[in-house]
Amino acid sequence: MLVSNQVIRAENLTKVYGDFIAVNNISFEVPRGESFGLLGPNGAGKSTTMKMIAAVSTRSSGNLEVLGMDPNTEGPAIRSQLGVVPQEDNLDQELRVRENLIAYGRFFGMPRAEASKRADELLEFAQLTDRVKSKVEPLSGGMKRRLTIARSLMNDPQMLLLDEPTTGLDPQARHILWDRLFRLKERGTTLVLTTHYMDEAEQLSDRIIVVDKGEIMAEGSPAQLIRQYSSKEVLEVRYGSDNNAKVAKKIADVGERMEILPDRILIYSDNGERDLAEITKRGHHPTTSLVRRSSLEDVFLRLTGRTLVE
Amino acid sequence: MSAVVAPKSRFGGLSGGNAKAVIERGLRATMSNNYLIILSGFFEPVFYLFSMGVGLGAIIGNINVNGAEIPYGAYIAPALLAVSAMNGAIYDSTWNVFFKLNFGKLYQTMLLTSLGPLDVAVGEITLALLRGGVYAVGFLIVMQAMGLVLSPLAILAIPAVLLIAAGFASIGMAFTSYMKTFQQMDWLPMVMLPMFLFSATFYPITVYPEGIQFMIQSFPLWHGVELIRMFTTGVVTPMIWVHLAYYAVMLCVGVVVVSRRLRKLFLD
Amino acid sequence: MTTPADIRQKALNPKRWGWWYVTELRLREMRGYVSYVVTSSIGNPIIYLLALGVGLANLVPQGIEGVPYLVYVAPAMLMSTILSVGAEEGMYPVLSGFKWHKVFFAIHATPVTPGQIVGGFLVHLAIRFTFTAGLFFAAIVAFGAVPLSTGWLVIPISILGAYSILTPLAAYSASIDDDGGQFALIQRLVVMPMFLFSGTFFPISQIPDWLEWVAWVSPLWHASELGRIATYGLSEPIWLTVTHVVVLVTYAAVGGYFMRRAFVNRLTR
Ligand SMILES: Nc1ncnc2c1ncn2[C@@H]1O[C@H](COP(=O)(O)OP(=O)(O)O)[C@@H](O)[C@H]1O
Ligand SMILES: [Mg+2]
Repeated sequence: MLVSNQVIRAENLTKVYGDFIAVNNISFEVPRGESFGLLGPNGAGKSTTMKMIAAVSTRSSGNLEVLGMDPNTEGPAIRSQLGVVPQEDNLDQELRVRENLIAYGRFFGMPRAEASKRADELLEFAQLTDRVKSKVEPLSGGMKRRLTIARSLMNDPQMLLLDEPTTGLDPQARHILWDRLFRLKERGTTLVLTTHYMDEAEQLSDRIIVVDKGEIMAEGSPAQLIRQYSSKEVLEVRYGSDNNAKVAKKIADVGERMEILPDRILIYSDNGERDLAEITKRGHHPTTSLVRRSSLEDVFLRLTGRTLVE
Repeated sequence: MSAVVAPKSRFGGLSGGNAKAVIERGLRATMSNNYLIILSGFFEPVFYLFSMGVGLGAIIGNINVNGAEIPYGAYIAPALLAVSAMNGAIYDSTWNVFFKLNFGKLYQTMLLTSLGPLDVAVGEITLALLRGGVYAVGFLIVMQAMGLVLSPLAILAIPAVLLIAAGFASIGMAFTSYMKTFQQMDWLPMVMLPMFLFSATFYPITVYPEGIQFMIQSFPLWHGVELIRMFTTGVVTPMIWVHLAYYAVMLCVGVVVVSRRLRKLFLD
Repeated sequence: MTTPADIRQKALNPKRWGWWYVTELRLREMRGYVSYVVTSSIGNPIIYLLALGVGLANLVPQGIEGVPYLVYVAPAMLMSTILSVGAEEGMYPVLSGFKWHKVFFAIHATPVTPGQIVGGFLVHLAIRFTFTAGLFFAAIVAFGAVPLSTGWLVIPISILGAYSILTPLAAYSASIDDDGGQFALIQRLVVMPMFLFSGTFFPISQIPDWLEWVAWVSPLWHASELGRIATYGLSEPIWLTVTHVVVLVTYAAVGGYFMRRAFVNRLTR
């Protein structure tokens, strides 16, 4: 049915609210079966981009093709093939857990019997079988999220859009959720997810675009991005908020590159321990120090001069 | 392969042709939660009828409508029916829509599926009319029991109520599409209350000077009250065409504005 | 410059003035819809008096109980307006303060006590009622519906009446977890009938006997009758007048007790 293998093609995609540019002229493509991530801080324009892909927000300019169709005119047809997990759970508070799934299936025009059957399978998948008759409100954050994901799978979508799937969840709930998403990925579902957690982006995506202020800053696999924009290791040292900047001047020549944050100094090189020894030898004993591998957080810092989570 | 058949996107992607699922969801939600509340809505006009019709009716006695003497209760009952149609339709198309759009996020959920905004709008309005129709039937039964139905034409009050409700609902939705905050919604009663009180609801507008009469006649409720009163009292005059035309125009204007605004309202 | 010690010292002020800080906060919050309160406080009386006083009076040329219809309904309409504001304020705003806004919890995180929160809330509403009742009173005077100079007493009476309906409702609202439609039910099945069968537009002797008890339990009827005594000197046995006052005070006091208890329970559980 599709001419090309790309499920999303965005070309100079732009969204303007009033005179505020939320998404600024971005272009990217996502091939079928890929797990694609948008990484960026709050307000970067991730949700706005996702809504345009989901055909629920009309683009201001540029071109957008989703599953080979134009969201402006083919909204219902596109959405019939998509699963969407919005940033904020919008479960139907007036319906019970299982009814939520069935009513949703009916919105796709699924026959009632089929919707029931599929709902039961998905409740199992989402590990919610003991809450079938429960109201929505008393569910925990993790359960609501899993129910929303189950709901998004009702129509057996070709592509799943997940907007910050684990924001606000505790670590355990996050891991349960990641496990469910891995399974979908293994089955070949195309995943598009946004996040401002670098670990999530690293765990779940094959390829990432880093976005900030509505623009794409970089693109590649997590490993590629780290290789390209950061060093192998990072040394973090702290001298107390009043002293960091002063000390930084004196050790500026250590390592390949340095970022001075209000609460700590980051020194990039391929051997953190060696740098730490060098600094202490010069008599600058940090209150705390840490050597770690580079992450996407460092990539972002390098690209924008700001941290992801502020 | 996918579990669902891709629908044709009609009206430039505004509809997936499945408003029926929206109605079904509404009924399901009603069944599982708030049928008591819906039921209670029926009592409001009935209480009014008991209170004003019986209590005040005993003091006022009969009243003259287009030359016919009718009991006070039979005079206000059709008005209360029209008011209740207006209130229900306005509530459903303003507060209810605004809330589900901005807080309950129900419409966002619906629009993640192959439904389009037109399906949502049509489905919700149909639900509102369905409810209005049920109330109207109930109210007519109460009127009949109190001996306030003066003509078999009263049966036509039911479609008339639906027409009135549809007219108000379409205008209400158009209004909501321009709404930004809840606070703006506070101004609604300032239009509805005077309409309720002055539109020949409790006494004929002939008590007013002509200028004011003319103003009242320019508002929709007066036409609704008069229309239903004609049917329940059986005193039909050629003015009926004016009333019907008024609502036909109102409905058309509302529908045109709403369909223009759907994209703005739902897909911004 | 303020030192930390000063601040700590000042933080003890709520012992005495806590209730006023709450009042102040609520008044501040009202700023968002102050234009609505003002417009409706001016507009509503005029509209009601024109429609149901002046307009409806045409159908009752003989007047009621020896006075013109407008004079008869005006004080009752004032009561009905203020008491319905009272009913309104006792429902959503209270639950919201616990559930959505959570403002009561926010205040309780400071040294202000639950009792002071209730006090401040009630004082704020007294200000709101006085404002709205004052404008309504001005309107009925302007319409020539207040023959007696004791007429102004309708303002304190309406505040008492509003409290008598507000406090029991607030006690209830503070004790429920969620609004599953109870407010709509209360509004439609309790408040509304009470308003319609409380002798606002016609004496309760016109109500069928089996329904007259509604008026007797309704704060609105008692408040309206007191208002009529104040504005045009409605004559009734003294024991009945005393009954009106006792009923209203009892509602307000018992309601206030339970309201306070519900607030304390909710805030400290
Ligand atoms: N409906 C809207 N109207 C006006 N501004 C909006 C709207 N939606 C989002 N924005 C603005 O667009 C920017 C990007 O928002 P969003 O896409 O939600 O960011 P992210 O999901 O990356 O946190 C933000 O500054 C936000 O305030
Ligand atoms: Mg977002």
